[in-house]
Parts: sequence; C-alpha cells; structure tokens
Amino acid sequence: MDELQIFRTGVTAWLEANCPPSMRTPPGDGELVMSGSQVEFQSEDQRLWYERMRDKGWFAPGWPLDLGGGGLDAAHVRVLETEMTRLHCRPPQINLGIWMIGPVLLEFGTDEQKQTFLPPTARGKIGWCQGFSEPNAGSDLASLKMSAVQDEAGFVVNGSKIWTSHANHADYMYALVRSDNQAAKQQGISMLLIDMKSPGIEVRPIDLISGKSHFCQVFFDNVRVPAKNLVGALHGGWGVAKRLLQHERTAMSKFAELNMPGPDLVGVVRRACAGSEGRIANAVLRDKVAGLEMEAHVQRLTQQRIVEMAKARQDVFRAAATMKYQMAETEKRSAETMVAALGLQGLGWESEGFSPEELEVTRQWLNAKSLSIAGGSSEIQLNIIAKRVLGLPE
Amino acid sequence: MAMLFDSEQQLLADTARDFFAQHAPPAALRKLRDSKDELGYAPELWRQMIDLGWSAIVFPEAHGGLDFGYKGLGAVFEQAGRNLSATPLLGTVALGGSAVMLGGTEAQQAQWLPGIIAGESLFALALDENPRHDPSATVMSAHAGGDGYILDGEKSFVVDGGIADRLVVVARTAGTPGSSDGLSLFVVEAGSPGVRRQRRNMVDSRNMAAIRFDQVAVPAAALLGQAGQGAALLDAVLDRARVCLAAEMLGVAGWLFDTTVAYLKERIQFDVAIGSFQALQHRAALMHVALEMSRSAVLAALTAIDENSPQLPALASLAKAKLSETLELVSNEAVQMHGGIGMTDELDVGLYLKRARVQQQLLGDASFHRDRYASLLGF
Ligand SMILES: Cc1cc2nc3c(=O)[nH]c(=O)nc-3n(C[C@H](O)[C@H](O)[C@H](O)COP(=O)(O)OP(=O)(O)OC[C@H]3O[C@@H](n4cnc5c(N)ncnc54)[C@H](O)[C@@H]3O)c2cc1C
Repeated sequence: MDELQIFRTGVTAWLEANCPPSMRTPPGDGELVMSGSQVEFQSEDQRLWYERMRDKGWFAPGWPLDLGGGGLDAAHVRVLETEMTRLHCRPPQINLGIWMIGPVLLEFGTDEQKQTFLPPTARGKIGWCQGFSEPNAGSDLASLKMSAVQDEAGFVVNGSKIWTSHANHADYMYALVRSDNQAAKQQGISMLLIDMKSPGIEVRPIDLISGKSHFCQVFFDNVRVPAKNLVGALHGGWGVAKRLLQHERTAMSKFAELNMPGPDLVGVVRRACAGSEGRIANAVLRDKVAGLEMEAHVQRLTQQRIVEMAKARQDVFRAAATMKYQMAETEKRSAETMVAALGLQGLGWESEGFSPEELEVTRQWLNAKSLSIAGGSSEIQLNIIAKRVLGLPE
Repeated sequence: MAMLFDSEQQLLADTARDFFAQHAPPAALRKLRDSKDELGYAPELWRQMIDLGWSAIVFPEAHGGLDFGYKGLGAVFEQAGRNLSATPLLGTVALGGSAVMLGGTEAQQAQWLPGIIAGESLFALALDENPRHDPSATVMSAHAGGDGYILDGEKSFVVDGGIADRLVVVARTAGTPGSSDGLSLFVVEAGSPGVRRQRRNMVDSRNMAAIRFDQVAVPAAALLGQAGQGAALLDAVLDRARVCLAAEMLGVAGWLFDTTVAYLKERIQFDVAIGSFQALQHRAALMHVALEMSRSAVLAALTAIDENSPQLPALASLAKAKLSETLELVSNEAVQMHGGIGMTDELDVGLYLKRARVQQQLLGDASFHRDRYASLLGF
C-alpha cells in the first residue's frame, strides 16, 4: 500500500468512529453549523462532530499546522474530502473564513495578519462575512461606493453593505471599500478586515422569501479600521477580490459535493406519484425527472472531467465556466418539479397537515432561487462565457 | 486519466480530423447526393480508412484487430461527424462487428471479423420494424426449419442495409412483441434467396434500406449467442453503437456551433457584428454549456465501454439522450442565427441539420433514452 492509501484507510476508520450517524444524513435547511464566537448547536451530535473535527485541525485541513490547520497537501485533502463524501459526512461547520478569506490571507496577508486571524478562524473562533455588494453595486461590483478615508491610525469607513449573509452572527467582515475616488472604477478599491464589534456598525436583518433572515444590511458610520487590517496593496483590492472569487467557485462546487443538501428529486416525486415497483406513475413527471437527473449526471461528469483536466495541466476554463450556470439552473428546475409533484401539498407554509419533508421542499424551492443570483448571476455567467470563452464582441 | 484521451487516442483524433477534412468534407457528401449515388458512400474512402486500420480498432488481436478500444473508435466517429463524412463505420464496425465480437463463438469470430477488418465485408443490423426505435417491439419471426432457422418478416429502417453483404438480423424465436424475451440474432447473407432490399432515400442522403425477409433459410451456425436469449447481447451491441453515434453527433454539433459562432463575429447588421447583441450572446453561451456537458457524457460512456463498467447502459442512454437534445438545439440555432442564408441549400448548415435529425432518431431518440435511463435507475 502506498502512503496515500494508508492515509485513506486511517481517515475512513476515524470518520466511521467519530462522525455520529445523525451527522451522516443530508442536512435540512439551516442544519449546518455556522462557526464563530457565537456558534450554536442544535444537537449534541452536532457539537461532538464539530469539536472532533476542530481538534483534528480538519476545519482547514490544507492549512499549515502552525496556523491551526491540518497540514495536509492537496492530494491528502482530496482523500479526506472524497471519504467524507462517500460516507455522507456533513461538513462540521461553515465559515467563509476558511473557504474564502483564509486562502487569500495565506497568499496576500502579512505575517501579522496570518498569525492574528488564521489560527482562531481554523478553530472556529472567528466567523466571517463577506461585505462586497451594496445597494447600488451588485453584478457591477466595481461601482461600489462605501468609502474608506485614510488618516494616521488607519481608515474611517462610511456607507453601507447589503445582502451580507450572516452579518448578524459574524465576528469579522472582509469588505471592499472605495479608497480612491479619483481613480478608475477598479483601481480605487481596497480590501479591509473589519471587526463587527467596532463602534458605528449597525446590522439589520432582512427577511427572505423563504421566511429566514440570515441576510443583512450593514451600515457604517465613521467606523475606524486599523491600517494593519488592509489586505494586499492600498487600492489593490480588486485584484485580491478576483482571487477570492476564484476560491468562491471552488468552495461552491466542493460544498455542493460535500453537502448534497435537501430532499432528493427522485425520492420526492416517487413518493408523491407512486407506481408499481418504485416507478413514478405519472409519465409526464417521470420524463421530466429523468431529464433533470440526466442534467445533474452530466454536470457531475463534467466536474470529474475538469478535475482530470486540471491534473493533466490542461486549460479548464472552457469547461469550468459552464458549471455555475448548469448547477444553478438544474437545481432550480428540480426544486420546481418537486413542488409541482406535491401539488398544493408542496405549497404549505406552516401548520398541521404538512410533513417536515414537504415543508422542506417548499423552503428549498424558495431558497434555490438565489443560486442563479448570488455569486455571479446566471446572466453574468452567460456573459462570461460569451465574451471570455467564445470571444464574442462587446 | 479516466475521461480524457491519452496521447495515442489524441494522435488518432488528430489524424482523423485531418483525414476527413481532406478526403471526405461536406462537399463529398454533396457529390454523393447530387449524383444520386446508389451506395451513399465512397468505396475508395472506406479503403483508405481500412488501410489506416480504423476498421480494426476495437477488435481482438487474435482476429487481426488492434484491441485499441472504443474510445479510440469514438475519436474517429467524432471527426467523421465534424465533416459529415459518409462511411460504413456505424453499420459494419459499431453494430455488426460488435455483434460478432460480443455474441460470436471463436469460430464465428474467425469467420467474420477478418473480413470486416480487411474491408472485404460490410455489415448492417436489421432491427427496427417501426419508424421509432423499439427493439422489444420486434415481430419478425425465426422458427426451426431446414438445418437451422426460417426467418420471416420485414425491417423498415436498416442503416447501410443496401450496401451490406451480411445482415445481423433480430428475430423472435419465442415470446410476444412488446417483450424482450425470445429475441435471437442471426447473421444472414444479404444475397440469400428470399431477401428483398429497397433503398430508402432519407434527408441525410446516407444509405438506408427497407428489407423484406420471405421464408429465408439460414443454417444453425448463423445464430449469434443463445436462441431466445438475444436481448442482453442486443443491448450490449446497441449501447456500443449508441455511444459511437453520440460521438459522431458531438462532431456534428461541434461543427455547427463553431460555424455559427464564427458567423456571429463576421456578419454585420446595424453597423456592428451581430455577435455583439446580448440576445444572441446568451443563446451562444447556452449552446456552449450544452456542448461541454455533452462532451463529458460521451467521454464517460466511451470509457465505460472500455472498462466494462456496469454503468454502461445508463451512460449510453445518458449520452444518446443528451446529444440528441444538444444537437436539436444547436442545429436549429445554427439555421436561425444565419438568417436567410441559413435556409439555402448552398450553405452546409442545412446538410448538418438533416443529418442531425436522422442521428437523433437512430437507435433511440431523447425520449426513448430518458425512459430507459429512468427504468435503469429504478424509477
Ligand atoms: C442568498 C444570497 C446570498 C448573498 N450573500 C452575499 C454576501 O454574503 N455578501 C455579498 O457581498 N453579497 C451577497 N449576495 C449578493 C449577490 O452577490 C448579489 O445579489 C449579486 O451580485 C447580484 O447583484 P444584485 O442583487 O444587485 O442584482 P443586479 O446586479 O441589480 O441584477 C439584477 C438583474 O439584472 C441582471 N443583470 C445585471 N447585469 C447584467 C448584465 N451585464 N447583463 C445581463 N443581465 C444583467 C442580473 O443577472 C439580474 O437578473 C448574496 C445574494 C444572495 C441571493
């Protein structure tokens, strides 16, 4: 057995022994733990799983040991991830600090920033939120206006961020701010790490169509940010953000793999329209489900092909640029199909007469709408393909 | 590297690309069509392909093959598709040859495979009796008689049926139409008494025939596999051919897409290239997404054949369904985005559109394969 194989065997045994059975089922809506100083657990199993993975250093398995990570190289991380997927282990926690800003700090951060932020993030003590979007800067992110004026001690920040997920629980925000009003759009932007307890910050939750409110608008009124919390070069924030958004794409596909959230299409439709021997009795719905399962299948195959291409050092952009669009649109159509199959039973809000699964289908249907809006809308994905892959003119 | 071409497969793909572009571009198909060529393919082209070893790719070395795998054959199919090259590859190698290789005894393989490989013999699979692919609907009968079987029935759409000298015929030795129990496969000499073939001129100008079998006597040695147990063999053969056909369709769709994107950059209206209109950009981007997904499906299915994977049936249906959908989208968009010129016979787009529809129907269209995929996955 080679070393990686031995590692795999060890990982499997450890996961089998340490991941409680209830953490090996698909998580329902809101059943994943958001790490940070205000972490909350809904069950003892959740807490156990969280603490065990944390103590292994496996919140951030790829980070160096001295920065609180697991010290694994890419191949070993991949083994851990595939074994977790295979055994259906839920991610022990969710934190943008680990998937997004962490890798960026590893690459661009000062030594002091790494020492200050990475170990506590890897142990789940600092929860992060992403302050990019503003009321007037969404798809056109570079038009953002929240201002950061420099003085001797650092920056004074004024303005507002919106659609900030989990801002109400986060300890820190990594934010894009306008540090130079005169420069061209992309050139006057900096990235700051902002302590959410700073005086002058107000967080207002916004209700979503699914009835939840992890979404916030955040107001900044003369908020002071120390100079040492600037990431990368002054006015160099756009480049840092672009790098960060690359991590977002990797994170999203990893997340989709690890997570497989929510009710499954075949199961829901099959139960709603049960025929003999597990068949879906309604021929039109069955055809639709088959088509959607096929779309999900070709998407998994493409994901696999991209991994192989990357290993073979081929350019993956042509293929990779399709994934976000394909995933979002397939998920949305699957959610619509589940709701349709359940009929009015799939449109209950809260009351007797609706099973937890049915209510879950309804919530997932509403939540799924965001897949084609957040993280670069579907239209923006198509723009990217048209211009950067196909080379169509402006 | 499971899904990617290795360096030898890539080399084969590159060779095939140049070969078909040079020797069998769309103009060659046009010539066959306009001269009302009875064969629907050029024997010289087939001879050159034989010399390149392409009829030998998937067959075992013991019978003169290269044992190079279906992924290699798929690479050739894709390039043939890109150029709309008319060749006997589907009928003779993917269908007939696969049937002999998978179902034949050593003696049967020794009898027929060398002839296929050497280009001395052309095969076709005589299966469908209805306009829509449906193997289990087979009515044609075979009953014991003479020193073997007597075949009786009619096949309405046989790819390369008019040029083949041997037909792999699917007939019922038991069971009733609608059930896949009781099917048997026979290798029948096309010149046998009682076989009557009639050319069907299709929109794609390729060879297609209707074949009537009137009390055709075949020896017992003509039976491939077990009598009445042919369904599994037939499925294995069809799946290989479906995947090869999907690879060809990927080539057809790839050409249509590249040609259309080039036109979007070149055609000026309202003083700008029409490709600058977002309405068209997004539709082009959607085609790109569909094509990338399609490529993954084809590569995974080809790999599954070579790895003898139990996933093959589902992956074959996935590939054939996905490619049928993608090709319908891309061929329609190609015509639309070319405007008036897209309606002309002079533009090759029309030839690709017509071939696309025939490919979509052959060996099961998207709805056939969605149904089969659902059944295979247990819903
Ligand atoms: C669930 C969720 C979580 C989010 N979390 C965060 C977060 O944590 N932090 C954060 O900073 N932001 C977050 N966002 C915000 C998200 O990034 C923005 O919603 C997104 O960038 C779109 O911006 P917008 O909402 O202003 O829409 P707009 O940009 O105003 O878009 C409106 C519509 O116009 C279309 N459109 C815009 N430009 C073009 C174009 N050039 N061509 C064609 N169509 C176009 C869009 O596709 C969309 O359909 C979150 C959003 C959601 C839904």
